[in-house]
Formats: sequence, C-alpha cells, structure tokens
Amino acid sequence: MSRLLVRAVGGPCLVQDAGRPGHAAIGVGASGAADRASYALGNRLLGNAVGAAALEVALGGIEVEADGVVWVCVTGAPTPLTLDGRAEPTGAVLALRPGRRLRLDLPPSGLRSYLAVRGGLDAPPLLGSRSRDTLADLGPAPVRAGDIVAVGDQVAARMLVDAVPPASYDDRPVLRVVRGPRDDWVADADRLVEQVWRVGAASDRVGLRLEGEPLTGRSPKGELPSEGALRGAIQVPPGGEPVVFGPDHPVTGGYPVVGVVVDADTDRLAQLRPGEELRFRWA
Amino acid sequence: MRLLPYGDRGLLVELDGPDGLDSSVAVVAVADLVRAHPDAPALVAEVVPGARTVLVVARPGVDVGRLAGVVPDRTVVAEAMSRPERPVRRGEPTRIPVRYDGPDLAAVAVLTGLSEREVVAAHTGTPWRVAFGGFAPGFAYLVGGDPRLRVPRRDEPRTAVPAGAVGLAGEYSGVYPRSSPGGWQLIGRTDLALWDLDRDPPALLAAGTSVVFEEAR
Repeated sequence: MSRLLVRAVGGPCLVQDAGRPGHAAIGVGASGAADRASYALGNRLLGNAVGAAALEVALGGIEVEADGVVWVCVTGAPTPLTLDGRAEPTGAVLALRPGRRLRLDLPPSGLRSYLAVRGGLDAPPLLGSRSRDTLADLGPAPVRAGDIVAVGDQVAARMLVDAVPPASYDDRPVLRVVRGPRDDWVADADRLVEQVWRVGAASDRVGLRLEGEPLTGRSPKGELPSEGALRGAIQVPPGGEPVVFGPDHPVTGGYPVVGVVVDADTDRLAQLRPGEELRFRWA
Repeated sequence: MRLLPYGDRGLLVELDGPDGLDSSVAVVAVADLVRAHPDAPALVAEVVPGARTVLVVARPGVDVGRLAGVVPDRTVVAEAMSRPERPVRRGEPTRIPVRYDGPDLAAVAVLTGLSEREVVAAHTGTPWRVAFGGFAPGFAYLVGGDPRLRVPRRDEPRTAVPAGAVGLAGEYSGVYPRSSPGGWQLIGRTDLALWDLDRDPPALLAAGTSVVFEEAR
C-alpha cells in the first residue's frame, strides 16, 4: 500500500472520519469530521467506502508527498491548492505521483479543508472509528511534519466524477436554531436571535465560543444536574456568553442548553473562523 | 416524566417530575428500556444517561418525532424499577480494591461527622451502581451508596488528580480513569485500570453495572 509523507504542517491537522457514535454510556463522544458534508463529499468523489478516514486541515499549511500513485481530493474550505507549484482546484480528483508535492495554503474563506485519498487513511481504529477526539484524547495523534500515514483499502466504487465546484462561504451566515430544553434558565433567550455574534479566539472542535451581549441567567431549580449534550447544542455558562458544542463536545454537561442549532447547519459552524460573525434565527 | 425537544435530532427524557420517577435508578431503567426497544437499532444513534435525564439521539435521516415511540411510559418504567433484576444488568458486581489513604479522607470525616474508619466502612459497606458517564472516557458516576457520604466538591479543584484516585462528590462516588484536573474529595486509590485501550470494551464499568469497593491492605 502507498503512504502519504507529511512534509509540513501549519494549523491543526487531524485524522477524521464519520465518528464513533453509541459510546456515550462509557464517556466517549461521537467526535468525527467537523464539516461532515465536505468530508463525505471527498470520499464520494474518490469512490471510497462511507466512513473512510481523511485529514481535516485547519487553515491550510500542509504539504504532502506520496510514495506511490495516490488519488486525492480536497474539499471544504477552498484552500489554494498546488501540485508541484501548479494551481489546482479544490473539489477535483487529482493524481499525486511519487516525488510530487501537494500543498494546501490559507483558504480565503472557511476554516477546515478535507484532504481525502482513494482508499482512505489507514490508522488503528478505536471503537470502530479513526477519528481524533481532541477533548477525550482518543484516536490517532495530531499529524505532524515528518509523519508517514498509510493509505487504506476502503474503496467501494469506481471514480465517476472528476470535479465539483469549490465550496464558498458567505459572510455572517444565519443559522437555524430550535429552542433548547432549558431556555427557561435564561431570562432573555430571544437575545440569541436578536444580535450578531462574533466567534471567540478560544473556539475549537469542542465548542465555538460566542462573543456578544450576554444572556441573563436565572436558576428556577438551583443548579442544573449534568445532562446529555449534542453537537450544535448552545450552552450558556454563568457568564452568559454562549458556547456552541462541536464534534468533540463533552458527553454530558452541567450548563443549561437554551437552543440547539439545526443539525444540517452545524457543518457551517465548523467553517467559522475566530473573529467572524454569525446570526441565529429560530427554526 | 417529561419529554423535552433537543434540536432536530434529540429528545430529552426528564425524570424529575412529580410522579416519583426522580431517581438515578429511573435514569438507568429508562436508558436500558430505550436501548432494548425493538425499533432502537433503526431509529436511535445514541442514548446518553445524565443525572436526572436521558438524551435520545436519532440516527441520521430519522425524523426526531419518531423517537417518542421508543421511550417507555411511566408505568413501564415504574414496573422495571420494582423488578431490579430486569432489565438492568445485574450479575456479579465489579469489585474495586482501594487503599483508603486519599488526601481528603480526613476532610470527608469532618464533613460527614464520621471517623475515618467509619468513612471507609460506609464506602465499602453498600454496593454502588453506574448511573452515567461523561467526564472522561471510562469515568462512571456511581450512585446508590451510603447516603451519609454526601459531601460537597472541594472549594479549589486540583489541577492534577492521579489515575486511580477514588473520590466523592454530592450523591456520587467515582474513580478517575486517567490523570486529569478534578474537584472531588479524594479518599483513596486503586490500581485497577478503569480505562484500557487493549481491553474490549476499554471501559471497566458500563451503565447499570454494580460496583463494590473493597479495602486493600
């Protein structure tokens, strides 16, 4: 089997797949690709089996070579892509031949690009998944310069489509939110949809920290006992500035969930950079 | 028992209503009954027990409205709770040997009005049961122990609690599966691995498991 040789890494670069749902009872979350649709698109274009692992690359900066011919496809954030210095589009299936170098640079919009290879990445699975869970410290270690990553054999179909249009991301997206189970634990849940929120610098795969006019907490029944959490859940800690849970969220949490982002819109959350703005509207 | 919407993929079953189903025992019963429902494999991606709630998550593409169909009604839950051998997993309890030399043992004695020896006797004298997980892989919130052991968390959480530390907080006891920050009152430590990736399953304690602490000498 061929291998990917990682020559340089910029921002966080993680092996991700469709995640490991179903283990909450032993304290293990689902994790998995943050932008599931972009991740799945790469696998589809390459004819991979559902759930084949890819690299999730935040803000570009990675350079790879291969020691055999490897078919690759980059989806998600439209990173400027070069193959031995020649520009190539994202969303296209490309042949990475031995000795040639594929480089992903800083995307003009979006945050996370997915570098998928035909056959998927081979790393030891844990509880049925090769996803890196950054909170639980489970799964393949973050990829570093000098790493060698084996290419797997998770091929399901022939490659029939050469390319799809690159993704683009609108400024200040409006995401749909359903009222949460604990919206009565804040006095002003509507403040969630009445203002522009800014993505805080400490945001990561665990949660997006939102900056804006804080919500006002109130505790109808004292302290909220810990309860299950979900990707897209909007928790309001005592400070009043919401945290939107990402793929590596804690399995249970103790702050009230006042809203939950509609599942399909959580992929867009995964492409928001610190400093960018967003709005919510009630679904 | 109340059903609360949790986005377009989740349903939160709340068990602190006035119908008496307000205990962690009810949480375990509801979680087991949902998992055992014949439609669960097709509809349910995840069952997440909490302290007083069970979050049921739909599989991708499944309408969240169908989840209510796998949630038992209160009479079924009450009946399951009155027959503790079913559907909750019982069998032999998991025995955890503990050296009771934790840094907060003296403080727990003061907080509970017991002697240190009485704290040890209380902790080992009543079987505990796994209610839910979530703090870290392999961490289990244990309930059902001696009610005299209810103590608040430490005012100042420790930045590093060693793996194997045995603690108390509120109605819960637990064992830290790995070194991590933590605010529980530490009364002892065990050499048993709560989380071992070379084991299948890696977690020693699954929801519903009965746990007995034994004093190691």
